[in-house]
Amino acid sequence: MTVTHDHAHAEHKQSWITKYVFSQDHKIIGIQYLLTSFVMAAIGGVLAMLIRMQLGFPTWNFYWAQWLFPGGFSGNQMKPDFYLAVVTMHGTIMIFFVLTTALSGGFGNFLIPLTIGARDMAFPFLNMLSYWLYPPAIVILLASFLVTGGAAAAGWTAYPPLSALRNAVPGSHMGQTLWLMSLALLILAFLFGSLNYITTVLQLRARGMSMGRLPLVTWAQFLTAILMLLAFPVLLAAAIMLLFDRHLGTSFFVPSGLMIGGQLVTHQGGNPLLWQHLFWFLGHPEVYVLILPPMGIVSEVLSNNGRKPIFGYPFMVGSMVAIMFLSFLVWGHHMFTSGMHPLVGTAFMVTTLIIAVPSAIKVFNWLATLWGAKIRFTSAMLFAIGFVSLFVTGGLTGIFLASPAVDIYFQDTFFVVAHFHFVMASASLFGLFAGTYHWFPKMFGRMMNERLGKIHFWLTFIGIYATFFPMHFAGTAGMMRRIFSTGQYEFLRHLSGLNIFISLAAFGLGIAQLIFAYNFIASWIRGPKAERNPWKSNTLEWQAETPPPHGNWGAHLPEVNRWPYDYSVPGAKDDFIPQTAPQVPAVAGAAVDDTEGSPPKP
Amino acid sequence: MAHEAIDQERVVASPWGGGQSPFAVGWPKLMMWLFLVSDTLTFAGLLAGYGVMRISLGRWPVQSEIFNLWLVGAMTFILICSSATMAVAVSASKRGDRPRVIPFLLLTAFGGMLFLAGQYYEWSHFIHEGARLFANPWGIPQFSATFFITTGFHGGHVTGGVIYLLITALRWTRGRIQPESIEIAGLYWHFVDLVWVFIFTLLYLI
Repeated sequence: MTVTHDHAHAEHKQSWITKYVFSQDHKIIGIQYLLTSFVMAAIGGVLAMLIRMQLGFPTWNFYWAQWLFPGGFSGNQMKPDFYLAVVTMHGTIMIFFVLTTALSGGFGNFLIPLTIGARDMAFPFLNMLSYWLYPPAIVILLASFLVTGGAAAAGWTAYPPLSALRNAVPGSHMGQTLWLMSLALLILAFLFGSLNYITTVLQLRARGMSMGRLPLVTWAQFLTAILMLLAFPVLLAAAIMLLFDRHLGTSFFVPSGLMIGGQLVTHQGGNPLLWQHLFWFLGHPEVYVLILPPMGIVSEVLSNNGRKPIFGYPFMVGSMVAIMFLSFLVWGHHMFTSGMHPLVGTAFMVTTLIIAVPSAIKVFNWLATLWGAKIRFTSAMLFAIGFVSLFVTGGLTGIFLASPAVDIYFQDTFFVVAHFHFVMASASLFGLFAGTYHWFPKMFGRMMNERLGKIHFWLTFIGIYATFFPMHFAGTAGMMRRIFSTGQYEFLRHLSGLNIFISLAAFGLGIAQLIFAYNFIASWIRGPKAERNPWKSNTLEWQAETPPPHGNWGAHLPEVNRWPYDYSVPGAKDDFIPQTAPQVPAVAGAAVDDTEGSPPKP
Repeated sequence: MAHEAIDQERVVASPWGGGQSPFAVGWPKLMMWLFLVSDTLTFAGLLAGYGVMRISLGRWPVQSEIFNLWLVGAMTFILICSSATMAVAVSASKRGDRPRVIPFLLLTAFGGMLFLAGQYYEWSHFIHEGARLFANPWGIPQFSATFFITTGFHGGHVTGGVIYLLITALRWTRGRIQPESIEIAGLYWHFVDLVWVFIFTLLYLI
């Protein structure tokens, strides 16, 4: 019994709607997630430009911004309330609606069944439901710009009492409620997705695809799904309590004796720190939800384009498992200034510093993979190497911030903004770009333009460092994280020049992304046709047709004979041996791609 | 190269070697287990909120003076009995004893409804005495708030479970489902009961 016959698969006549809109095909759902996330990235990016506009050039007339958000400006000046709403929505959109959805929803959906040799997810209907909770969540979130008081303004962390009392700031009014509802929908979408991912990886691996032969990108998605399954329900519980505080008069998070607008708040006895604990119990795993999938993507791209086996595969898996477990034990490092007992702070410092060990293992293994490699500098490879650079830069400041004594000084300054934009935001974004350049041919059957890709890389790489590196200095000088203007305090005035530089770099960075948008759309329409395995990769998805048909594998499921990193094996005919190639090449003929002989699609 | 061929034999022979479920269960059952893990954490979040409120506020009302423990004890007993009837339904479905399944499924659902009736009585009595989400006659407002949210969230799960059981029973009579679906419904129902044991202990007893 060498092949598994599939009975469930039958070619149905499908209408355009069921094939491309309400599709249950994991590949279409993945692409839907990815494209929607790119649209959201554009919106989140415009919001970032508004932030930089205000911090760099507070007195300029930006007609487009005033045309876009007429309520957000008075005269030519942005309103402080609106600025806070923009900061909040930028964070919320980028973290939950772009990086989580693109990396887990997009690449997770597209890659998991293909890389393990399955025909689809375990429960395709639930998968479709997962995607279709996402657009309503977007509509609700964006609608909050139009309601009284505008969008939520309590930050992406939604700390009470700003988020708990409807009259705290204008954005606390209706905007915060919509924010919570939108997030609740998205949590449900992630729950459905992660149920599917975990079950699919455990149950539907093709014959011979043991866990020890899973590509690292699939391991990363699997572990991410576990993180999401465990972390998001706690946020759901916290969101329920917060909604009750806001609308039904409970006081979970609102302390006694609070004065707002000169009036005593009637709530009493609540504990705002409870929200912080519950939120960060989700929030810290969430940043690993953003970084684990890029780690998997980067491992794949580095090994493939270095034409070398990934260095230390068991350690790569083990370090991801370690990061996953540790991520549940470090949430307190976001709360060092909350009056936490120093002993507790020290404990959280220790767990946080321990995360540096598996992270360093990963970085050194990536470097060892590159050592002595014949590197093929594709756009995907450049972004993967860029990821390693950004991850190291951001990771080092993470070690500073893990120390309570240092963090008390840096808490809520631009130093923290610089830190997480490097290690979490930009690094994940680079993983997203690397993945897009790498798997675009399989997704759309066409190649992206490499020259534009390289220009995009260099502008983005330089743009990221020019934008976020100077923020370390602003933070060290005491500039607060969500401050409306450097003009508010005498001791920040000298930073206006620095902020102008950062803003100009950010505008350049934003414009550079238009190259990617153009490349993506133009390549989709009229890029050169992609062959089956353009990167000469070993993993299973490249053995499927390009783009893979419904059901992925034709009549027979692939059988896996080896791990995914047999690159440049001495004595082999090619410098890659696909996972489906039979072992004992001396007998069977070296590195024969046995899928060439597989029957055509039904 | 020879050891690689042996390696392949070893991999394919292992339950984790792909082409089969490593736990020898269908995906719906595994998915239900995973959902229950996730739901556990939602309840854990709510109960952690309750714990923090109770510890940070210090002067919590004496529950035994407020709750009717006889009523709650009876509700708990009924819910545990319904778990037993569920277990009978599951084992009957596995044995192929088809006619025995439906009465025990319905009995389980009936147990759930009795529990909900008890909860309705308890809530309305409470509300009648002046308990609200934001205030209650016994002092700390968080006492009633945590009570309503936690028991309400659990009651929602019981309500969903009763509906789920009724649908399962209907599908079973029409021959649409396999014994495994009964078992999966059973997993959910036992989970709801187990959570109640925790809630009963933490909210009512200690």
